[in-house]
Amino acid sequence: MSYVALVDRDHEQDHHDPDTFLTKYVWSQDHKVIAIQYGGLAILVGVVALVLSVLMRLQLGFPNEFALINPESYYQFVTMHGMIMVVYLLTALFLGGFGNYLIPLMCGSRDMVFPFLNMLSVWVYFLSVIILIASFFVPGGATGAGWTLYPPQSLSGGTPGTDMGIILMLVSLGVFIVAATMGGLNYVTTVLQYRCKGMTLMRLPLSVWGIFTATILALLAFPALLVSAIMMILDHSVGTSFFMPAMISEGQQLSYNDGSPILFQHLFWFFGHPEVYIVALPAFGLVSDVLATHARKNIFGYRMMVWAILAIGGLSFIVWAHHMYVSGMNPYFGFFFATTTLIIAVPTALKVYNWVLTLWQGNIHLRVPMLFAIGFIFTFIHGGLTGLFLGNVTIDLPLSDTYFVVAHFHMVMGVSPVLVVFASIYHWFPLMSGKMFNETLGKWHFWLTFLGAYAVYLPMHYLGFQGVPRRYFSLGTTDFLPESAHTLNASITISAIILALAQLLFFINIFISLRNGKKAKPNCWGATSLEWLTPDTPPKHGNWGHDLPEVHRWAYDYSVPGQSQDFTPQTVPASEVPVGRDHGVDHDT
Amino acid sequence: MTITLIFLACIMATVIFWLLRQTFNIQPWVSDEVADEVTGMSLDLKPQAIALTTFMAVATSLFALFASAYSLRMEMPDWRPLNEPMILWINSFFLVLASIAYQWSRAKVASTDIGSKKLVIGLGIAGVFSILFIFGQLSAWQELNSKGLYVSSNPAVAFFYVFTAMHGIHLLGGLYVWARSLAKIYQNQDLRIVRTSVELCTIYWHFMLLVWLLLFGLMIAT
Ligand code: HEM
Ligand SMILES: [Cu+2]
Repeated sequence: MSYVALVDRDHEQDHHDPDTFLTKYVWSQDHKVIAIQYGGLAILVGVVALVLSVLMRLQLGFPNEFALINPESYYQFVTMHGMIMVVYLLTALFLGGFGNYLIPLMCGSRDMVFPFLNMLSVWVYFLSVIILIASFFVPGGATGAGWTLYPPQSLSGGTPGTDMGIILMLVSLGVFIVAATMGGLNYVTTVLQYRCKGMTLMRLPLSVWGIFTATILALLAFPALLVSAIMMILDHSVGTSFFMPAMISEGQQLSYNDGSPILFQHLFWFFGHPEVYIVALPAFGLVSDVLATHARKNIFGYRMMVWAILAIGGLSFIVWAHHMYVSGMNPYFGFFFATTTLIIAVPTALKVYNWVLTLWQGNIHLRVPMLFAIGFIFTFIHGGLTGLFLGNVTIDLPLSDTYFVVAHFHMVMGVSPVLVVFASIYHWFPLMSGKMFNETLGKWHFWLTFLGAYAVYLPMHYLGFQGVPRRYFSLGTTDFLPESAHTLNASITISAIILALAQLLFFINIFISLRNGKKAKPNCWGATSLEWLTPDTPPKHGNWGHDLPEVHRWAYDYSVPGQSQDFTPQTVPASEVPVGRDHGVDHDT
Repeated sequence: MTITLIFLACIMATVIFWLLRQTFNIQPWVSDEVADEVTGMSLDLKPQAIALTTFMAVATSLFALFASAYSLRMEMPDWRPLNEPMILWINSFFLVLASIAYQWSRAKVASTDIGSKKLVIGLGIAGVFSILFIFGQLSAWQELNSKGLYVSSNPAVAFFYVFTAMHGIHLLGGLYVWARSLAKIYQNQDLRIVRTSVELCTIYWHFMLLVWLLLFGLMIAT
């Protein structure tokens, strides 16, 4: 069976533009509109999660000063904050937002392969968000089980939200998984089959590689969460004992029998660890492109970067039990997972070296996106190093469930991807909106965010060493914590409030730039990849006007010696490059 | 978890091996006229076929994880093996027949034109047997129910209900596409569209049969 490629059928199809308001902005099947719907909604729930975190910090920094926050609501805030940030913000934003916007543009196609499915995906995602938020308002409130939702406590008395809250959380996750799968089928198919002429896989920008690999991970890992959600709903509602052991709760013998909480942990982390890379890999890809563009240099070791992404993707499926070292596992088992965990650090470190080497002797322009991208390198190294500590069983045992772990994962999958999110939004904002953002406000936003993040998370490492447990409503008075720990907590809270308020600068910037920003020139950063080469800025429906682009080179021809311009777009054929070039070998110039 | 690991390792290994082959020995920074002529399709397949394959990989992951959960849960002391109802054998037979009928329709759609009676008959048979399978599964549920084996009675029973329900839902999804292919035939749509639909459904039906046989095998073996 042979199939005629998209490029050869382009003119058979008529691209009728949507004409009503509804089909253009609401029920749109245009990947760019869907991307903005996905991204906007993700950021909106993200703000909810941010507010929750400030509420938690208020309690931790100034215990019992705020009547609004009691132990129950504290646990609900912890849980909703974590789940929203990881799943509903970062996953949705990277795959649904950036994936949707960039994949068709960077691959040189007019849209996703299945636009209708794409539209369904964003609306199903919307539904999952509604269900999630609804859980705040049902009797008993949202679940307070922690984002890991470990049974038995997520289903037994004493935990907030055990009647309706937990069910809504699980249903919402199930609905989210359906949305992510619909989106994922589109991204995979589009990358594989809908590229324009000349776009080999190895000519794709790293952004596409990162998002593509993360999508594969999402498709294979999310089922684990779905399986655990289904079985937990059954345990809760029809009395099965998949996860729930025989137990006495609040003086009552529950009707459960011999269920296995450890089974849940396996399933959860089989999803949970790949999930951190579902968030990290797109960030790796996006940041590579931002760095190369603003350093005016080709990305160092492109092939190695691609292989590292693939290796990390593969390995991320065999490290999950490093989250379960304290569950009483067989030591050989622990040894195996510690080894794989440390192995995965190798390709990760390779990527970090390559980013730094990309900057080396580059013509670095410290514009706002670049600041955020360089900030990412700092925070990521920081979080990655503490990961190496925790990957070793003997070091993890005392540190598990302390603030050290909180510091680790916030550095590595909180702050770092968020810095990339900002880098990418600032980088692509001129393309998406056709307007320039305000540089000064952007720089203020960066420095407050970057330094604020350090002021919040660096001290947490020390708290962790001293044994401050995570997920505690209040520490009370203990012998092992000096007074200074409490002062530190207060200082973290103040920093966190400043950090949160600094994000207003971002929204203000976006808002005034959309209204009064300078008009953006086409390809304002002098980039090489296809998304900047559309006939209109911002690109119109169908992206490419009459003719699809044709690609003649990879996406990293920056500062090639002997050429008059310091970048050569992917569409320029070898014959049209001003002066003869020698494969972009970098001489010391 | 071993089952899952083996399945996922296979899928990941295939994907990664294939991707590495695409990327190995290529120097994308060198200008390359052969690459300039590449069509932008990595595989000589319709996009729908890729989407279906990907979806089957997702479903494989889902069922493999259920199977792993089954094998882990089995080790707990309260596990009582279930005597699977005999009707499951008949149901399995129905599903085999549905698969055969689909295979036959696929041969027909490749060789005849759209109005072909044979195609409609083939599809009809496939659909009827699939529906019979689903009713058969429901009556297995009823049988367990009447014996007092409810979903909360024992983990083996609970898994039985969950497995059959999940498999049934996937088959119902297939039947929705099946109904749409029939509708397309009645609307006299382009033969190419119908052909894709029937070809892909055939693959999906074989896949659903395989999944069912593995789940069924797992349950009777334990
Ligand atoms: C250098 C590589 C890394 C290593 C060796 C590593 C190791 C670990 C270990 C052993 C834990 C468990 C700590 C405990 O609960 O006691 C952990 C927790 C965590 N890691 Fe990493 N990690 C690495 C990179 C990452 C990355 C890249 C991300 C995300 C982008 C990430 C996100 C997380 C999260 C979210 C948790 C906490 C989960 C929870 O208990 O709620 N890690 N890490
Ligand atoms: Cu992990």
